[in-house]
Amino acid sequence: MLRKISILALGLALAFFSGLSFYRSRHLKEPVVLGPGVTQVKKLSEYFPAIKGSTNDANVYVLEGAKPGGAILILGGSHPEEPAGRLTTWILTENATLEQGRLFVLNSANRSGTTVTRLGGAYPPDYTIRTPWGEQKFRTGDRWSNPLDQWPDPEVYIHYPSRQELAYVDIRNLNRAWPGRPNGTLTEKTGYALTQLIKKEKVDIVIDLHEAELQYPVISTIVAHQRGQDLAAMASMVISAEEFKIDMENSPKALHGLSHREIGDNTDAVSLLFETPEPFLDATRGRTDARLLLEGKDEFVVRAGKHGLLYEKIDEKGWPIDVRVGRHCSTFIQVLDLWSQDHADKAVVMKNVPKYREVIQKGVGAFLHDPAKADPKTVYYE
Amino acid sequence: MIITILYYLLVAYVVFLMTWNILKSKKWQEEVLYVIVLIPFLLRLLRLK
Repeated sequence: MLRKISILALGLALAFFSGLSFYRSRHLKEPVVLGPGVTQVKKLSEYFPAIKGSTNDANVYVLEGAKPGGAILILGGSHPEEPAGRLTTWILTENATLEQGRLFVLNSANRSGTTVTRLGGAYPPDYTIRTPWGEQKFRTGDRWSNPLDQWPDPEVYIHYPSRQELAYVDIRNLNRAWPGRPNGTLTEKTGYALTQLIKKEKVDIVIDLHEAELQYPVISTIVAHQRGQDLAAMASMVISAEEFKIDMENSPKALHGLSHREIGDNTDAVSLLFETPEPFLDATRGRTDARLLLEGKDEFVVRAGKHGLLYEKIDEKGWPIDVRVGRHCSTFIQVLDLWSQDHADKAVVMKNVPKYREVIQKGVGAFLHDPAKADPKTVYYE
Repeated sequence: MIITILYYLLVAYVVFLMTWNILKSKKWQEEVLYVIVLIPFLLRLLRLK
């Protein structure tokens, strides 16, 4: 009996320490110091009360210019383990100011997905960005909502309303759940709430920030709904000529649930999705740690490139987070500039957001502010 | 919601079975194996993972 008690106690100790680690990671507070441009902080449930109090009742940061104009919605954290998207939204909420129009920013579009890492993926629970005032920690997150918030998965996921059959696990994937369903799963309700936000706020452009593995063909690109093709093509040409190479892809009409397809089909907004390269996501990667997530260096992915298996270049310099965030910032700025040139009455004029070269030169951390020194009223948590 | 509750009941049942097996087993190797199987079910039942 003593042996049994000892083995059971050892197991319970393992469960306790692993459980403690999971609990701490799930409840890690990520501060957002509101920048001078933020005029309101709403909750997503204001657009769809059924998600009030749920994990996905996310903060919606609203930046408003003095002059009326258009409205833009930018989403970070649709897939939280693609950190360039979330960090870009942090830069926007903490630094951007608007002269004209309105900007709606979600740092955690699928907040549930930020509270879990991939089962069996050996992901780091969090990562740290160095700043001039210290370090700021972020949850790594996963592509899918946390099973603690939505479980079990069905055998087959039937997308609503198209009835297209998708992979079962994608029932927890926000970017397969658009335009959402009011009486569906948490992920579908989140998609529905975001769709209501787009409709009620008369959003003109929705931008969904992502990253992709180098073995995936849709990479270093802007994916555009057909109503956004001209805008995306022009942005791609200008950025490729002036800053870095970025392509443009058409949103497939027959693939449902994705933001670039469903937002364009179900609302009046133009929908675009930005992709940057993230070697952390590649199946042939080596050790899956925070260093790989932030530096994007992996000898095995480089070797895959030498065998012609990649859709994007990679060398020993990797794909650092500063480069990836810089790409998102510059692409966003360029899209706003081009939109505003063509739509004077719906222009959105934004300032104080760094472009590609500045982010690389100073680092992402240079644009994050110290919550300890900020007025507590201006500090929100994701 | 009903399906989720049923799944949690199933998890609780597996936790009970594993604990019962540990108590009834006569080989230490099997007891270790049951404990290893028990942990993920326990973490899910406690809503930790």
